[in-house]
Amino acid sequence: MSNTKIIPVGPYHPLQEEPELFKLYCEGEIVKDIKWETGYNHRGIEKLAESKTFDQVFFLVERICGICSTSHPFAFANAMEEIAGVDIPNRAKYIRSIIGELERIHSHLLWVGLAGHFLGYNTVFMWAWKYREPILDLFEMITGNRNSYAMFKVGGVRRDIPMALIPEVRKAMDGFKPKLDLLIGAVMDDPVIHARTKGVGVLTHQDIIQFAAVGPTARASGVDIDVRRDDPYAAYDMVDWKVIVTGEGDVFAKAYVRLLEMVESVSIIEQCLDGLEKEPEGDTEVKVKNIPEGMGTGRAEAPRGEVFHFVVTDGGYGPVRHKIRAPSYVNIATFKKSCIGQTISDATISLAAVDPCYCCTERMAVAVDQRTGNMLYSGEDLLKLSHMKTEEIRKKQ
Amino acid sequence: MLKDLFYFLVYPGLLFAGVAGGFLSWFDRKITAMVQFRKGPPLLQPYYDFLKLLLVKETILPANGSRGMFLLAPVLAVFGATVACVLILLPMLGFHTGFSGDLIVIFYLLAIPSLMYILGAVSSGNPLAAVGASREIKLILSYELTFLLVVAGVILKSGMSIRMTDLLMTQETGGAVIGSVSGILLFIPAVFCIQAKLGLIPFDMAEAETEINHGCFIEYSGICYALIKLSKYILLLTLPAFLAALFMNGLHWDGIHILWSVLKILGVVLLLTLIRNTNPRLKIHQAMKFFFLYMNLLVIIAYILIALGI
Repeated sequence: MSNTKIIPVGPYHPLQEEPELFKLYCEGEIVKDIKWETGYNHRGIEKLAESKTFDQVFFLVERICGICSTSHPFAFANAMEEIAGVDIPNRAKYIRSIIGELERIHSHLLWVGLAGHFLGYNTVFMWAWKYREPILDLFEMITGNRNSYAMFKVGGVRRDIPMALIPEVRKAMDGFKPKLDLLIGAVMDDPVIHARTKGVGVLTHQDIIQFAAVGPTARASGVDIDVRRDDPYAAYDMVDWKVIVTGEGDVFAKAYVRLLEMVESVSIIEQCLDGLEKEPEGDTEVKVKNIPEGMGTGRAEAPRGEVFHFVVTDGGYGPVRHKIRAPSYVNIATFKKSCIGQTISDATISLAAVDPCYCCTERMAVAVDQRTGNMLYSGEDLLKLSHMKTEEIRKKQ
Repeated sequence: MLKDLFYFLVYPGLLFAGVAGGFLSWFDRKITAMVQFRKGPPLLQPYYDFLKLLLVKETILPANGSRGMFLLAPVLAVFGATVACVLILLPMLGFHTGFSGDLIVIFYLLAIPSLMYILGAVSSGNPLAAVGASREIKLILSYELTFLLVVAGVILKSGMSIRMTDLLMTQETGGAVIGSVSGILLFIPAVFCIQAKLGLIPFDMAEAETEINHGCFIEYSGICYALIKLSKYILLLTLPAFLAALFMNGLHWDGIHILWSVLKILGVVLLLTLIRNTNPRLKIHQAMKFFFLYMNLLVIIAYILIALGI
């Protein structure tokens, strides 16, 4: 083991600007083993959700992740509507799908840009993010926010997309399509990008099944899963679209899946707009007075894969148990397969290829004495420490 | 003696090359910004960067490294780059006729900054810097042969003299080297060699920000990093000037020729900038293959063409 060096990626590293730590155990340039640590930024969302009312939980889960900020409310709404047994109006379904797909477009564009940046191709980075900008403007026009849209509620959506706005959305989509084609062409036809990404970080069909990976990561390895088709929610069974699946499982295949998914998303949005025009304006929700006792599950296909929410209610104003599983948590485990045996250059792009999102992935970390296995700090100790610190600060003032 | 010191320190050495290199660095960043739909830095930004590092920022030394070498490496890098710059520019500015064999001296001097980066990285004791240094060594091994062959090819084309002045004279009378097919075939590998020498994308794997945190330079801060920046500025002037001397009839510093000279340098830097903005970073073994196989092949074809007199 004397030749083994630890190359740290994180907690603060230019590769991914979120607090996480990957330890690459390298011999020369070859990665022999990988370990990762999360828990730098645990926020206790599940526990917090138990102290909030159903309406407040939407705003809470929206803040789990800044990039896919609508997929968590989406899954939570699906879970709540399963418990309450309500069927939302078609107009609300279309609006939900439009928001979800716009989010997929902006998230995938963000990834394409970042992947370019990780490869040192900053021109792709800037171009992809420039094309992402009109999508965010569209969000602002529809929902009032560029991010964290606050559109969902139990039984429908908070804001309607008025008929007058639909041509504007269409115009933005028409303007976006040639740019998307340009970007797809630039990535698909570049021989140097091929050289850097083909055959790198390969995950086989078998690996995906074993690690239970989801989303574009799974679809790039030939695993044909997509919650939007397998367990239709919102308007996804009312429009015509197809799931992009390819078999290579390398970084290039993941880029391919994401780029073509954006084309599908544009098509879904346009069909949803057609549907929206047929529905009466303002019919955006059914009033849900109270939520009965029970438990429900909600799934939604986030840009990174399946988001799963499990909610238990007791007939009161808020959930008594709320369990969230975000896609990055399962996708990150595939690094064990995709990075080992690669060079550092390949490992870093393989890390980025699953589009990991650490704010979804954070779990609580406990400091344990390595010899005895006892916890170093209990909850009370931490509370005592924080009180002591407060006292110190007060004394200084 | 005093004159030599003036050449080294002021014109065309340290001061001039630093200022001109800073301008070229700004030019490179501005063009990059235009390609990427950004606004780009103001004209004085490279100088602000340099002065901030030199005067304001704290210099932190690695706790477990060889400090002497760590501190000496940037100084020697600037020294090597500056002497190379002086030797290249003096014959072209007409101050001096150079000496027989100065091309060989220049060739070795141009290798010094890269070697110093490696020494500095290794003596910092940082594993990321060690990875960066090993990549830089592999990179030097791959491009240096091609670069040597290119220089030899130009010598072959212009009368077998290893003296800068003779090289410029033959181009003066017989037309620029780049004006022929074999000249163009030599020019292409030369541009890529310079790209690799400057550590620009696609050959920036020794720094590779998103992989190994600027690799070789990870431990450098303050004055030491300012010197490394300065050596990069100087190289950004020196290498395009060398290319202009080898291929484009050199630089002349009188009358309308000043404009042409500036345009030649800016043209080469523009080419480098465009290459760096339209490519992702290569892996180190891909870079080795690129130079050993493809670029050397181009040079060999050029040699055959030279022998045929095309």
